[in-house]
Amino acid sequence: MKRYVIIGNGVAAVGCIEGIRSLDMKGEITVISEEDHPVYSRPLISYLLEGKTDTERMKYRPEGFYEENGCRVLYGRRALSIDNVSHTVELDDGTSLPYDKLCVAAGSRPFVPPFEGLDTVKNKFSFMTLDDALALKKALTSKSRVLIVGAGLIGLKCAEGIRDLVGSITVCDLADRVLSSILDTGCAAVVEKHLEQNGIDFMLGDTVRRFEGNRAFMKNGGTVDFDLLVLAVGVRANSDLVKNAGGEVNRGILVDVGMRTTLDGVYAAGDCAEGYDASLGARRVLAILPGACMQGNTAGINMAGGEKEFGNAIPMNSIGFFGLHMMTAGVYDGEMFEDADNGSIRRFFVKDGRLVGFILIGGTDRAGIYTSLIRDATPLDTVSLDLTKKVASNLIFSQDIRRKKFGGVV
Amino acid sequence: MKRVYVNEEWCLGCHLCEYNCAYANSGIRDMVAALKDKKIFPRIHVEGEDRITFAVSCRHCTDPICVKSCIAGAISKRDGVVRIDRNKCVGCLTCVLVCPYGALAPGEDGIMQKCELCLDNACGAPACVAGCPNRAIVYEERSAAE
Repeated sequence: MKRYVIIGNGVAAVGCIEGIRSLDMKGEITVISEEDHPVYSRPLISYLLEGKTDTERMKYRPEGFYEENGCRVLYGRRALSIDNVSHTVELDDGTSLPYDKLCVAAGSRPFVPPFEGLDTVKNKFSFMTLDDALALKKALTSKSRVLIVGAGLIGLKCAEGIRDLVGSITVCDLADRVLSSILDTGCAAVVEKHLEQNGIDFMLGDTVRRFEGNRAFMKNGGTVDFDLLVLAVGVRANSDLVKNAGGEVNRGILVDVGMRTTLDGVYAAGDCAEGYDASLGARRVLAILPGACMQGNTAGINMAGGEKEFGNAIPMNSIGFFGLHMMTAGVYDGEMFEDADNGSIRRFFVKDGRLVGFILIGGTDRAGIYTSLIRDATPLDTVSLDLTKKVASNLIFSQDIRRKKFGGVV
Repeated sequence: MKRVYVNEEWCLGCHLCEYNCAYANSGIRDMVAALKDKKIFPRIHVEGEDRITFAVSCRHCTDPICVKSCIAGAISKRDGVVRIDRNKCVGCLTCVLVCPYGALAPGEDGIMQKCELCLDNACGAPACVAGCPNRAIVYEERSAAE
């Protein structure tokens, strides 16, 4: 009987458990969960503060998930090291867990730059975990002045989540635009304006030089007085376990399309892994939830002796702020086609005869058809894609393809 | 596993499937009360232009990408049917971003809804199929080879 160990208890771990159990119903699965909660959906923590969900509905899998899948979960335990010779994981309680196959799904951690005087700030928070969100909620009042450092997905989702609960929100970012990881300059300007209209103040191209208690002294000379500080500068992959065991890491743990690390019998998935991005044609950390689930699933199937490749991973995000919805995918490279009218922008990027990326702000209906063209690397001369159409349609495919899509088992 | 299949050549583009879907999922007994003067949010939609039309609804994929992509864990596949737990959905539309068929759309409340083959409503079998005047959509068993 195989012994499987999974370090981490997030979405990648769930994918891994389900992947293993699709082939092997007998092997022992042990999950090492640093957090004291069963798996929950981290991207929902802003919705929790906004009151659009609760801790019960945030559970990513139903009650009984671990029991039904025969998993032993070690809550509140941390993996300290991997011994890839004896095939064991050393835990913080001094015990040692033997494994035949190991999946490192250890996620990421907030990156906190060494701001001068940060230690003088009493009320400071990260915004990644459920406990982060609950701590922030407890500390804020309707009068709170909140400074958020970082205008990325985490910082802005936090801003949306707490806007109605606090007095004011200022967001600063060294980048000159919001959401710089998923939007280009023109699209970011539209979103920034919308956020400002919804009561969020920005200091872009600016960051904190030093803190003195509840006052931030900015690089551009200004000061911001705040009651609560949220640090959302970025995240770093938790790759040290594999690195210290002699495995190859870059910005994340390097994996092939089967989620294998360079260590024998050790796999990695989710935010800690650096896998292949088909739209980029190279490896990079794709810290998105669907990717974590699919990577974990791939790892699990391969750990159980199956053969699975996840070769068409691409970055993709669907996210909204105060009613303005946007979807992005792939890379913004090659020739750009734009279609814009009041408040809606659709930008498509075509390279070497293939769609490689898009940004849609508004007009997102059926966008998955576009996403599939990127993931499948469909040559555009085989479809009749008209990028000036306001909405995606299956009419772009030939009747033959449509017959397979809608008349066959898929 | 029976699923809904499309015979594009026979689709008249009449949109009756959309109305029957909206009615079947309304939970209202009286069809007039369910549909009259209301904007409908059906779980099947007719696409096309001019002479080509066809109905699109969930394919209940063998390996559904929406299930793996849902950030809330609200979509699952049980007994061959891809279902959504509307109580968990937060309306992020990630499923819309990933569905290669363009088969998902939110309901009136912004929360996602999808074709669940009418298995849980009063019809018990797809109302779109039952009401299609030209057998352009059928509910039957087909093998992967076809």
